[in-house]
Amino acid sequence: MSSSRIVITGVGLTAPNGNSLAEFRANLLAGVAGIERMEIRYMGSQLAGVCHFDALRHQKKKEVRVGTRAGSISIYCAREALADSGIAWDAVPKDRVGIYIGCTEHGNVETENEIYNISKFNYDTKFWSHYHNPRTVANNPAGETSLNLGVTGPSYTIGAACAAGNMGLIHATQMLRLGEVDLAICGGVSESIHTFGIFAGFKSQNALATHEDPHKASRPFDKARNGIVISEGGALYTLERLDDAQKRGAKIYAEIAGYHVNSDASDYVLPNPTRQAECIRSALSRAKLEPRDIHIVNTHATATPLGDIQECEAIRAVFGEGCPDTSINNTKSYIGHCMGAAGALELAGNLPSFDDLVVHPTINVDDLDPQCALPGLVLNQPRKVEKVDTILNNSFGMLGINSTLIVKRFVP
Amino acid sequence: MTKDECKKLVLDIIADIAPDEDLSNVKPEVRLRDQLQLDSMDFLDIVMELRKRHGIEVPEKDYVQLASLDSCAEYLTPKFDALAGKN
Repeated sequence: MSSSRIVITGVGLTAPNGNSLAEFRANLLAGVAGIERMEIRYMGSQLAGVCHFDALRHQKKKEVRVGTRAGSISIYCAREALADSGIAWDAVPKDRVGIYIGCTEHGNVETENEIYNISKFNYDTKFWSHYHNPRTVANNPAGETSLNLGVTGPSYTIGAACAAGNMGLIHATQMLRLGEVDLAICGGVSESIHTFGIFAGFKSQNALATHEDPHKASRPFDKARNGIVISEGGALYTLERLDDAQKRGAKIYAEIAGYHVNSDASDYVLPNPTRQAECIRSALSRAKLEPRDIHIVNTHATATPLGDIQECEAIRAVFGEGCPDTSINNTKSYIGHCMGAAGALELAGNLPSFDDLVVHPTINVDDLDPQCALPGLVLNQPRKVEKVDTILNNSFGMLGINSTLIVKRFVP
Repeated sequence: MTKDECKKLVLDIIADIAPDEDLSNVKPEVRLRDQLQLDSMDFLDIVMELRKRHGIEVPEKDYVQLASLDSCAEYLTPKFDALAGKN
């Protein structure tokens, strides 16, 4: 290992409005959301972000039947990322590959399914599936991916609530720098729309979005926002040390510039803007950047009344008025909250800005909440800018975990 | 129930648990594992589906009886008949 510089060389994703980076990006620039109605067990019709990728593109039918939705999403994203990276996969030593996948949670879907299943048999547990344990272990999405790809290096998930997508990339960066692996497949996934418990939990918190038009339901920063739209999805990247990437002539999307992870230590669910601001500042410090050097801030805002205001408070504290070249946007307004995939997907949607110099907007803002009126907020229409050299991506999660990841334009 | 009908029920289960397999030429006398991609978890699936769909219990000591279609028919047909008799 000779380089501590880590670069992104491949992207594979599935979002409620696109199954490739190109499709996803085109829809982000065209204002196309991807929210629909879905029947949720015990709850009836609910709003959800549903992905429509073809699982059989990279899995056998039996793999889909035996595995989990999170496993399918992971395998799809991993295979697409590897193809995008142009790496000669057959020649890659599989024991030098790491798979690091962020998850908000795992196992709820499969456990609920089994309880429902045995309810049809008078709750006789002899009808409980022998696949329950491999389906519900916390490393399932990464493990299924390792099976599909034949990866024999470390493969595991990182549980970090809704900060998990960023955490996958951050952990991969650390492992590459330590020389633990030579290639990392990393990011985040979520299958959360298949568990009624997540919907019911947010509903009990009065935090589940409602709107007669599904595409208008997720509306961060709008005065009339009324909660979260729950979504599934995934985004996995190939990360490599710069010298390895250059050696094989890889296309480089971006370089990891800095990151930080911290904890609120203040509440189970309520965010803490002071700690969020600390997280952002520490990431900037590690990247040796000033707030004014950041050209795009992608917010975590989930469209809860309080959460959006608190993140805006944190962003205001760091970026204030002295950052005329900083644009601020939000991706959940299109795709809802993809939970463990959110940070990774939201970063992906902004990466093409390095090339096209366009910042995708936050849509569904008909009446901007004055408490969310940040300078630089890009509302409803894409903004052409002169320069995009840096992107700062926030992802925060329950129990007060905060993550900020900064990527920069690759300059040799 | 005839033994052929019994084999058909077993094949229906295998079609669901091994959906990538071509079952058009399964040789009844040859071990299923020797001609299809089936592992031990799949055999547990066969046991589970017999229980769920047909109310038939196969104790662990008898799993060996599920090795081939022929042995399945030998072992399961009397169980199906016994159930039918009960009903």
